[in-house]
Amino acid sequence: MTTSYRVMPGPEHFLPPSAASMGIRLPDPGQGHIHGSIVSEEEALEEAARQFLSAKVPTIFPGPLVLWAWNDKAAKKAKAIRHLYETIKECVDSSCQHAMLIPMPDYRPKYPKINPEIEINPNHPNLTIWHNKIDACMFVGVHCHQANLSLKIIRGGTNCYTIAMCAQAGHEDAMLSVRDATADKIIRLADWVKKLKGSVAPPAKQSV
Amino acid sequence: MAAQASFIGQKNKKEQVYTDPWHMMNEAPRTPSFFTGSEVIKEAVRRASCDIMVAYPITPQSEAAALCGELFAEGYIGDYFRGESEFAVMSQCAGAAFGGARVFTTTAGPGTMRAMENFPMWAGARLPIQMIVTCRGINSPLSIQPDTLEISYLMQTGMLVWHAETAQDFYDWILKGYMVSEEPDVHLPLALCCDGFFVTHTKDMVDLTPVDMCLPPYDPYRSPVPCMDMECPPVRMMRDPFVMKSNYISYATHASWQQEVWAAVERSRKHTIRWMDGLIDTENTDADVIVVASGTAVSQSREAIAILEEEGIRVGLVKVKTLRPWPGEEIREATKHAKHIIVPEFNVIGWLAREVSATVPNNERIHAGPHVCGGMTMPPEIIAAEIKTVLGVKAPSLAGRGG
Repeated sequence: MTTSYRVMPGPEHFLPPSAASMGIRLPDPGQGHIHGSIVSEEEALEEAARQFLSAKVPTIFPGPLVLWAWNDKAAKKAKAIRHLYETIKECVDSSCQHAMLIPMPDYRPKYPKINPEIEINPNHPNLTIWHNKIDACMFVGVHCHQANLSLKIIRGGTNCYTIAMCAQAGHEDAMLSVRDATADKIIRLADWVKKLKGSVAPPAKQSV
Repeated sequence: MAAQASFIGQKNKKEQVYTDPWHMMNEAPRTPSFFTGSEVIKEAVRRASCDIMVAYPITPQSEAAALCGELFAEGYIGDYFRGESEFAVMSQCAGAAFGGARVFTTTAGPGTMRAMENFPMWAGARLPIQMIVTCRGINSPLSIQPDTLEISYLMQTGMLVWHAETAQDFYDWILKGYMVSEEPDVHLPLALCCDGFFVTHTKDMVDLTPVDMCLPPYDPYRSPVPCMDMECPPVRMMRDPFVMKSNYISYATHASWQQEVWAAVERSRKHTIRWMDGLIDTENTDADVIVVASGTAVSQSREAIAILEEEGIRVGLVKVKTLRPWPGEEIREATKHAKHIIVPEFNVIGWLAREVSATVPNNERIHAGPHVCGGMTMPPEIIAAEIKTVLGVKAPSLAGRGG
């Protein structure tokens, strides 16, 4: 199925469609996608780094699969994510950019509301994004179903650029996605951030 | 596939070797065997590394359910029991799948309808349960005979729905079905349907894969939702939002959830095309007349096409293998040259014709029928007669048939 639909930052719609229903297909191993177009994994990682470096509030949302040390791989990934976060923090212009690391510790619907300063929840992710003025974010270690749930809601109601680093098949509801994530792949993304430091224009200086 | 790959080459307690599924299904030697459809179900499940099978008797699937009991006795299935009703069976299947088991069950007709509430729940909970549906009449007065009406209900549940034509389809698709439905980007239940009795109770030659090979076990850690997390949806169904809250974000979350289920159906296309060699099979699609059919209606259409060929009338065929995902693009392409599209069905409403009508341009080309239902057979001659009528060729009346 060919499609002219592209997965772009919103706000897209009162109830945006799933990208899969619009004909967007997931990448095969070794590939990623940017806005729904299939690219090489390396190209996707490079673009993800650019998005972090050009955002006012580049943010990583680690989910339960990497927040809890339920196996060695998870612990290794958690360290890699911390390394990525530190790298982004070092490489952005602190006068106009503010990197954040906000966990999605679980998927329980929480009411009356979550505290958006300390967590993100898949059932109302827009609250955390609006509160912190996040304009680029990366999901990692979030169960695929919950990630897609959130990514659609974010696309529907915010202008945030979404990146999904997935341990399985990737996410077409994100604007950019890489599949089969490993700790090494996360470190490769950090390497891209370092490599591109200084070559990506930061956002216009204004208070964040 | 990392966790599954780690099992490959190892043996289970029955000395079967966990085998790379692609090799097992496409490269391993096959043995021709003469079996009923029910026996074929048993032979497929023998090789499917099922953790649990829940059974309940209802014609025409009772024999398959009983044969799976034999498999349990022989040690090929981890656990097996009879539920209290079809509703209980499907709920128990959900519980087992929530717990990380590979689950198999069978049902038919009124049993499918009685358990219906569970099917969208399975899909919403992303449980890759496989359910064989040996279709039979669902209406009153009661009929145990073949009739595919129940499929039309299953098609709206968010489950994958495949419609087997033959016992060979059944054998291959049971095993391939797990491979598709357990993909993490799919992870949906599969209703693998056939026309009861026509497939379940007739014997046919079926090429079986080696009995000492079996699928690698299900890996619940690839699930897109947490396995048996009692604090979160989908396991936690009540008390919390989104069930009990009335506000925009609860509705939006629920809506996004439903969209995600259907997105997963869409994602199954890629895997299904790979495993099943396409969502449809086609023959002679350059003909002016094309029959589009699924299940046993495909076999009857083949016979009708052979009859017409002897009379110099050339007719093409589209065999629809999967109803969900729906092969819309494939059917559009296959029928683009057709002046007439004939859709024979074993049900009174013509759900396949409706689907095709909503798919192809210029749908005045579609002739919904012939239809039979309530257990009637569909002689190839009535399909041939329908085609002749459409073409303006005189056809003998079959009204006296059976008199």
